[in-house]
Amino acid sequence: MTSALKKSPASVKPVKVIRTVLRWVLNIIIALIFFIPFYWMFITSVKTLGQTLMMPPTFLVSEPQWQNYPEVFTKVDIWGELKNSLIVTAGTLVCQCITVIPAAYAFARYDFKGSKVLFGITLATMMIPAQLIFLPVYLMFSKWGMINTYWSLILPSASSAFAIFMLRQTFKQVSEELLEAARLDKAGEFKIIWKIMLPLARPTVVTLAMLTFISVWNDYFWPLVMTTKETVRTLPVGIASLQMTESGINYNIMMAGNVILVIPVLVVFFFAQKQIIKAFTYTGVK
Amino acid sequence: MQQTKLGMPVVSEAPSVVRPAMKQKSGLRRFFIAVRPYLMIAPAMVVFALFLIYPIFYMVYLSFFDWNMIGEMKFIGVQNYTNMFSDSDFWQVLGNSIYYMVMVVILEMALSLLLAAYLNKNTRVNQILQTIAFTPYITSMVSVAFIWMWMMDSDYGLLNYFLSFFGVDPIGWLSDPKVAMNALVLVSVWKGLGYNTIIIISAMQAVPGYLYEAAALDKTPKWKSFYKITLPMISPSIFFLALMNIISALKVFETVNIMTKGGPMNSTNTLVYNIYQYGFQYFKIGYASALGVALMVVIGIFTLIYFKVLSKRVYYSN
Repeated sequence: MTSALKKSPASVKPVKVIRTVLRWVLNIIIALIFFIPFYWMFITSVKTLGQTLMMPPTFLVSEPQWQNYPEVFTKVDIWGELKNSLIVTAGTLVCQCITVIPAAYAFARYDFKGSKVLFGITLATMMIPAQLIFLPVYLMFSKWGMINTYWSLILPSASSAFAIFMLRQTFKQVSEELLEAARLDKAGEFKIIWKIMLPLARPTVVTLAMLTFISVWNDYFWPLVMTTKETVRTLPVGIASLQMTESGINYNIMMAGNVILVIPVLVVFFFAQKQIIKAFTYTGVK
Repeated sequence: MQQTKLGMPVVSEAPSVVRPAMKQKSGLRRFFIAVRPYLMIAPAMVVFALFLIYPIFYMVYLSFFDWNMIGEMKFIGVQNYTNMFSDSDFWQVLGNSIYYMVMVVILEMALSLLLAAYLNKNTRVNQILQTIAFTPYITSMVSVAFIWMWMMDSDYGLLNYFLSFFGVDPIGWLSDPKVAMNALVLVSVWKGLGYNTIIIISAMQAVPGYLYEAAALDKTPKWKSFYKITLPMISPSIFFLALMNIISALKVFETVNIMTKGGPMNSTNTLVYNIYQYGFQYFKIGYASALGVALMVVIGIFTLIYFKVLSKRVYYSN
């Protein structure tokens, strides 16, 4: 008995140790693959121009050049673009609430002629990417004289087929008895949505709002093609314009701009990782 | 007994419940109840019709014209299409787009499957690694493109510095026409890897455990149960992800516009970037629209293939 007990740890251990060590090495490599680019962005943003052009590169900076950040503000109108980003994000969120909530409720709770077809069309629009139709939409807005207005940035994403789909699923799960009870109390449909449906669907609504915030905040393509002037351009377009300097790219200033762009999303992500990851995986599970 | 009417709530009405209000409904009220659902979906439908569906028809219409955005529109029939098909640049751009798409999809799916199998177990460390891997996905493509552009700098970039440890000569990541497209593929795969991995993990964790227990009883080796049980069971998710990756690869624009501007020697010019160039730089609206129709056809073909394959081969649990 004793010999058997003694023997097994001795023969198992080396393999196990090697496996654990290998696993940790692999873990660290995976973490570094995703972490280093972000670290490199940050550390470059506090270097002098000379330090960025050193070979071998330095991974630590003894005197961080924080003044790179104010310099970004002198090169592009960060405050103005921040304001534009906030207006477009908030405007999109408000519009989506107005269009998505009633539509999701109607598709979930009413049986009406053509509902299947209309819902099918709604789902099919998810297959039409903005990158396919930007030119005709630009021409439409330019015909209406709405280029360089917030409307050209907000209206095309004023509704969301995906949000309608998600919210409809949630609304469908609310029990009919609850609604019947409310109807017996003479609650109107608006009141039912506002007082019963939305509070129950709160996690979904918050999730969808976060998804919209992140995608509108990060979006570069649409504001780039819909605007020709600085006045309504959002932060990503402004940061990208740091590239166009006369004397090549100053990567330290460039990276400082990128830190400014990335920080709000990273902060939101840090505090709500679980919800955000869950929200994005919803999109994939269908 | 009341039958479900147009616009009535979907209720399996209990026959014993009598609702007096129902009986005295005026015609106007009935009409309102009938149109109410349409009123409620109307705002969303208007947005879809105006900004997604109509533009497609408008684009097809424009593709038959010669127009520079300011002057007269001139109808030229299928001239834009014949020009497009006889233009070697178009075939190069189409080839670039397909190459990019194939590379991104294959690498993304293979790597995320590996990573998912590796991080599948629900431990604290694995969750932290998943979160770290997910971070690029929620980061603006602008920042990702600039960070990688800087790391891929051929003289001062981090990538060439790391490779020099292994005796690799400096690579012109974004300046060598043979390499540049692969560099863009790398960026895209890096950005999407965490997202794809997490979707695959959640699919893997939804596979019923008794299947593995049965396999364990039969002493099936682990790789075999992965190949025979896990892969078939998660195939719907994999196919869905593949389609999403195909479509998102076909609409690539940001990395091209920021990192290469379609160069060097047109080697990274893709369909969307080409439409952008013809529309907003050369002001050839008709030709740009014809390119748009081409992109639509390519996306349509892959979507169709997806649904065909899905309906035939993929395992469904119900």
